[in-house]
Amino acid sequence: MVHALIFYVFSAIAILSAIMVISSKNTVHSVFFLILAFISVASLFIMIGAEFIGMILLIVYVGAVAVLFLFVVMMLEGNFKNVKHGFLQYLPFGAFIGAVVLFEIVIIIGAWKYKPNLIRVSSIPYNVSTTNTQSLGKLIYTDYILAFQLSGLILLVAMIGAILLTFNKRSDLKRQDIATQSSRERNDSIYLTDPESGKGVKVND
Amino acid sequence: MLLEYLQNYLSILIFLVIAIGLGFAFIIVNFICAPSHPDSEKLSPYECGFEPFSDSRMKFDVRFYLVAILFIIFDLEVAFLFPWAVTLSKIGALGFWSMMIFLSVLTVGFIYEWKSGALDWE
Repeated sequence: MVHALIFYVFSAIAILSAIMVISSKNTVHSVFFLILAFISVASLFIMIGAEFIGMILLIVYVGAVAVLFLFVVMMLEGNFKNVKHGFLQYLPFGAFIGAVVLFEIVIIIGAWKYKPNLIRVSSIPYNVSTTNTQSLGKLIYTDYILAFQLSGLILLVAMIGAILLTFNKRSDLKRQDIATQSSRERNDSIYLTDPESGKGVKVND
Repeated sequence: MLLEYLQNYLSILIFLVIAIGLGFAFIIVNFICAPSHPDSEKLSPYECGFEPFSDSRMKFDVRFYLVAILFIIFDLEVAFLFPWAVTLSKIGALGFWSMMIFLSVLTVGFIYEWKSGALDWE
């Protein structure tokens, strides 16, 4: 009873904030509603027992991806007056994608409700005595080692790609070279001299 | 079983309710009690004596974005370490070395970004 009540509260918050994401005029507000949607979906994940996925959703999506979204919003043009421009032009395409997603959800729910053996589920037995994180850990690094290593390579490609796309080394700046700085000896920069009276000192630079 | 597990999260739920309640309470109390006499001069943005030149939302260097992307990548790397650390005694040598290969692949990227100077701030 209480469980169902909490579920409905979180799912209502998730749906309402998802609607606000696409209907809010201010894009920064949209990002904040997106964060709210992420948090409520994470709570829903925890409620069905997938606590690892819920916590990762909080760490990765709320902690990092939301920051990226804020950066993207800040990089957009400052003109939000004609944000509804081209609404009718994109409406058929958007409606088509929405219909496809809705159809997929209907198929999934229909299969789960009425024909449980339609989708082949994993043959790995679900053990209730271990925690969520443990049962994931037993599978990722041994049974799914190929996918795990591929994900490492994808992360490497993302890292190098981000550096190549955004980073350009500026040559017009003086940079600090710590190795040269700390390997400087006293004799390199200071010397004592004893000039005669009336004669100057020759400074060698 | 599920309810037993959810009881561990009861304190977090109570914390969440109190935090949201306090947040809204402060706003509402402020709305009711605080004196409010707005006029156009008080509400207009003040920028050291002159009218604001431009919008507060301005474009900035893409380098901030690069830092955020690199942060996400290492965030994900750490996220993979959690289940590995919990089950290290059960997954054996294969699990240990698969994580070592994963880490070394990412270390290659880390050395690349260090050497290319993407972490330096100039």
